[in-house]
Order: sequence, then structure tokens, then C-alpha cells
Amino acid sequence: MNINMGPQHPATHGVLRVELELDGETVVKATPHIGYLHTGIEKTAESKLYYKVIPTTDRMDYLAPMSNNLGYCLAVEKLLDIEVPEKVKYARVLLTELTRVMSHLVWVGTHTMDLGAMSMMLYAFRDREYIIDLYEACAGQRMMTTYFRIGGLAYDLPADFDAKVKRILKRIPEAMTDYERLLTDNRIFRNRTIGVAKISAEDAINCGLTGPCLRGSGVNYDVRKANPYSGYEKFDFEIPLGHNGDTYDRYLIRLEEMRQSLKIARQALEGMPEGPYRAHVPGVVLPPKEDVLSRMESLIFHFKIITEGFKPPRGAVYQAIEAPKGELGYYISSDGSNKPHRMRVRPPSFVNLSALPKLVEGGLVADVIAAIGTIDIVLGEVDR
Amino acid sequence: MRDKLREYLEKNFGDALIREDDFRDQQSFYIKKDFFLDICRALLNHDEFQVKFLSDICALDWFGDREEKDGRFEVIYNLFSLKFKYRFFLKVRLDGEDPEIDSLSDLWHCADWLEREVYDLFGIVFIGHPNLVKIVTPGELQGYPLRKDFPLTYEIPQFSYNKDEPPEVLQ
Amino acid sequence: MGLEEKIPDSIILTTLDKMVNWARKRSMWPFGFGLACCAIEMMSTFGPKYDLARFGMEVMRPSPRQADLMIVAGRVSMKMAPIVKRLYEQMPNPKWVISMGACASCGGVFNNYAILQGVDRIIPVDMYIPGCPPRPEQLIEGINKLYDKVMKESLSGKKDGKPRGL
Repeated sequence: MNINMGPQHPATHGVLRVELELDGETVVKATPHIGYLHTGIEKTAESKLYYKVIPTTDRMDYLAPMSNNLGYCLAVEKLLDIEVPEKVKYARVLLTELTRVMSHLVWVGTHTMDLGAMSMMLYAFRDREYIIDLYEACAGQRMMTTYFRIGGLAYDLPADFDAKVKRILKRIPEAMTDYERLLTDNRIFRNRTIGVAKISAEDAINCGLTGPCLRGSGVNYDVRKANPYSGYEKFDFEIPLGHNGDTYDRYLIRLEEMRQSLKIARQALEGMPEGPYRAHVPGVVLPPKEDVLSRMESLIFHFKIITEGFKPPRGAVYQAIEAPKGELGYYISSDGSNKPHRMRVRPPSFVNLSALPKLVEGGLVADVIAAIGTIDIVLGEVDR
Repeated sequence: MRDKLREYLEKNFGDALIREDDFRDQQSFYIKKDFFLDICRALLNHDEFQVKFLSDICALDWFGDREEKDGRFEVIYNLFSLKFKYRFFLKVRLDGEDPEIDSLSDLWHCADWLEREVYDLFGIVFIGHPNLVKIVTPGELQGYPLRKDFPLTYEIPQFSYNKDEPPEVLQ
Repeated sequence: MGLEEKIPDSIILTTLDKMVNWARKRSMWPFGFGLACCAIEMMSTFGPKYDLARFGMEVMRPSPRQADLMIVAGRVSMKMAPIVKRLYEQMPNPKWVISMGACASCGGVFNNYAILQGVDRIIPVDMYIPGCPPRPEQLIEGINKLYDKVMKESLSGKKDGKPRGL
């Protein structure tokens, strides 16, 4: 029997269609169909100046906009070979780690809602608002922040930044204790997740899985530790690893990752250095506003950057970061002009989703929902 | 691993290497198309390097570029060694007419979808791929969107709301 | 003291239009239809902080057959467009459409081959909400504006199942 799930199905996390071939209740073959949210972001990026691409990166993984910004900005900074001030590094680390918490919060809400726990979604969205609030204070937007810019930040950190972060650091651990009490030992939740959608370490590597899906199978690979970027080598944190590679292990890992992220955020807040919020690179990074209004050459640079951008040298770079879903990489090829010749995004969700048939084939049809939830896909990033 | 890898490739696949590029500390090898599958298989099964992780496959189109003359398309394989935490790139140049290259889907499971995406967006055919069909663009779309000669704002008049109704004739 | 004293015969006079519109307005069931980024903001609106249930709209219907309001939340790609249209046609009359966000209204920042430049090219839209994505307050305001619009409708015309405004 063939069953068609989606593309508009309440439990598919967006517009995903899965064609299932069933034998009774057992899944014989699963074929995911994607592309229902194909946005042409890679093509659009080729027609925009380098700094104008940043807003489109927000709209890929819309649950973790800051991670996307960070990956792109780091890639362009690598292409230009510029170094950002320490304060920028710390602020970026802090905000991306909170982004990870936010993304995992939405994950825990929607995933458990798919499994039948409606209340978890409401709790998760309640706590997500604290982080959204911080975003709004920083960037003026709730979701699509575009806060990281090439060579720095868009604005200086807001005056009540410390207080807002401290409120998050206090509030989220309390909420997570509640989640754990609701879920970790919940018999229904355990029954629906333990042993479901299992994948071995060998298979996970061969499928190219990254992020919590890979670490759930016990493979220790995290870009933050393997190839540190943006000053991650200065922070003290651990990479949680699973053993069984099933849905329950991935759940435990994500919860532990949230704890570790809050730990990093606390360290970043305590060690936040003073200094400028943008690098001083004339011709590439916008000069401070006071200089623009008072000095002629700053005004000229400002005008030139805004109107015609900057021209990186010919060449291609790849920069990977550890996004909440896994390894997010930007391959930017420059042909010496002021627009990217090609911007390729290595989307973690896309590669993780391609392993879906491996996860569900041979299992029960009810577990397909759990499997789709556990790989934590965002269709905006899958299709781009 | 950088030097060892270069030595290994030069020793065993000396004919296949065209040149090595080292931009911003990223090692990439331009290799000939015919030897490509052998190199990948050798690297995957190599005991010491353990290049078990295929991170990404993507392509570039050098259409209309004055400096690049070796071939229009460039397919980039992004490989990663989990043991050494080392990333390097294999790049293959393909001609503009009927670009073809061997498929890696036997070696890596994730190559399946990544190759389908490249096929869909660039029209590069992967020989030996089990299911080379469109993946992200709709079936009606003609052409390959990420090629440089494909317009950005191309809009197909697919259907109108009143398709089934007879057109109103204005008097 | 109460209303009853002012209406001795316990009869309230109104027009049929007003009563029907009032009933429609107060029992609007949105179709759980998330496409992209705006869907997350829509979920926030249904969430605890903004709590759309205050306006009698807490029932999200997963099936188009039981819904009468479609909130197109997010960009509509060329591949999704025929499906959006079919889902709209499956909804029973009367039905309303809110186009949420810049992408659904006009294509937003994505003026390219893959994105439909406005969902109003395939289905009639009653209310456009700007923003990328709109804040939850904006969505609530948009829904309230739609309520006002519903109250002004008449049974004698317009709502006859024919597409409007095209």
C-alpha cells in the first residue's frame, strides 16, 4: 500500500512530502520529495553585493538565523582575510549559542507535539520568547535579525544586554528541569522514542549526518572542537555523545547541548571585553557613524561601500560552523568582482534528511513521524 | 596531513593531478576526470587518512569568465577526514557541452541527493547514479537555474486562475 | 438594569446579514498552513505570550475541509503553488485568505525564478499583512481587520463561491 504524507501535513515540519510504501504497518520504502520551498537563494546571492546577501541567509534556517549569519560572515571574512575585534567574537559566540538554545527549544516543542504532547509546544514557545526578546533588543527584529555583518556587528550591544542575558541564563535552566521532569522518564515518550529510527555510527558517517544526529550514534565530531572558529577554543564546554543512535539518545543530546550552550554563553558574558564592535578595515567595513558625519574620508568610504561594495581577491573559501542542525558550511567563490561568483551552502538539514529512508525503512508507520522530528529539519534550509 | 596527502597523491596518481591550489590555507587538488573515481575510492579505503566523510558536492559555472579557460563547469568535492579533522577539496573541470562525471553514490550514501541537486541545478550528468531525477525545481521548469546563462527573474506563466473558464471577450 | 427591560417582548431585531456575519466572525477556524519563516511567527502568535485564543481562534484545523480561513504564512514556491491552489479549492465556502508576510504578498526579497511573486496570482486574498516576518501583534491586527471586513459582507452578493477580486 502506498501512502502519501504531505506536502501540507501537520506533522512534517513544513512542506515535505514523503511517499511511503507499506506492507501492513511496516514501512518497506520511503521516498522523501523536497523542493516545495525552493527559494533560489544561491542564485539570488550571485546577483547581490556581498553585504546584501546577509538578509537572505537569515531566511534559510529560520529557526537559527544568527548561525546562518555567522557562517556567511566568517566565510567572507576568510575570503577577505580580515580579523574581527575580540568583543565581536565574544558577542557572536554568545548570540549563536543562544540561537542553538532557541532552535532546540522549537525542536523539543514540535517534536514532542508530533508525538502527542501538546503542552510541550506551549512551554517551549513561552521560553523561546525570552531569547527573541534579546534579539529584538540587539537588532530591532524578532526573528530575521541580520545582526552580524562582515567585519563586525550591525550595532553596538544594547544597554540592557547583560540584564537580558542574565534573565535567560536564569530562566532557561529552570524551564529545562521542567521539560526533563515531563519527558525524560515519561513512559509514553520513552516507548515512542527508545529504539526508534536507529542508525549505527558507520552508517551515520557514510550518510554524511552531522550535528546531534551524528553524535547520537557516538561519533565525536563537532566543528566547534574539530576546527574552532570565532574564538571557540577559549571556551570550556563538552560535547555530549550518545550510545544507541536512537531518537531518545538524540533527545538527551539536544537537552545536554542546550545546557552546554548556556555554559558557553555565561563564560562569554563574563569575559566580554571592551572595544569597538566593528573591525577597522577601510573600504570593506563601514566606518563608525560619528566619523562619517565628521570626516571626509570616512564619508567617502561609507558611500563607496554602500553603493559599489568591495572586491575580494579571486579564489574560493569554505567555512563550516556548527549550526544547531549540524555542520553548516558556506563555499564562496569569488571572481574578483563585487558580487559572489557562487555561494554554495552546505545545508545540514538537506544531508540529514537524505538519510531518512535509512532511518524509517523496516520500522512502523507511526515511527515515521518520530524519525522526521528527530532529524530536526527546516525545509527552508533543505530547499534553499 | 597536508604534505602526506600531497605526497600520496603525487606518488600514486601522478598522472591525474593537474595542479594544487592553496588559497587561504585550504588545500584543493584539480584532477582529471578519468581518474576521479579511483582517487575517491582509494582515499575512502586508505587506512591512514580515513577520509570517510563526504561533506559536500557542489558545482560552479565559469560561463563568460575571461580567465578560466579549462572548461566551463567545476565540480567540487568537499572531503573530510574525521581522524585528522582535516578538510580538503577535489576539483574536476568539465566541458560545457554534455558535462558528465562518474557518480560517487556507491561509495557514499549522501552523494545520492547531493549529486541529484547538482544535476537539477547545473545539468551535470552523473554516470552510474541510480536515480538521477530533479530534486528541488518543479518538473515544468526548463533549463538549469544555477547556470550563469539562466536569467534570475525568469517567470513561467504556468497557469491562471481562470484556466478552465472560457476567456471573456471584451466587446 | 439588563437588556431585557429595554426590550419588553424579548425580541432582538437585527438583519440576517448581521447575524450571519457575527456567527461567521466568532467561529473562524484557521487552517494550519505553515510554509516558511512566517509560520514560526504564526506559531508564536498561537503560543502563550500572544495567545490568539483571546479572539476565538485557538482551533487550528489540519484539514482544509474543516477550515474557513487560510493564513498563507511564508513564501510560495512555483512547485508549491498548484498545491496551495488546490488546498484553497478544497475549503468550503465561505472562506477567507490572509497573506502573511512580504513573500506571500509580493515575493519579498526573493524576486527570482523559484518564488511566486505574490500568492494573489493564484488565489484571492482578503487581507495582506506586511513585514518580514510580521510581528504577532501585526497578525492579530490583521485578523481583527478581517473581522471588520467580514461584518460588512452581505448575503445578497459577493459570497457566491466565485473567486473575488481577480
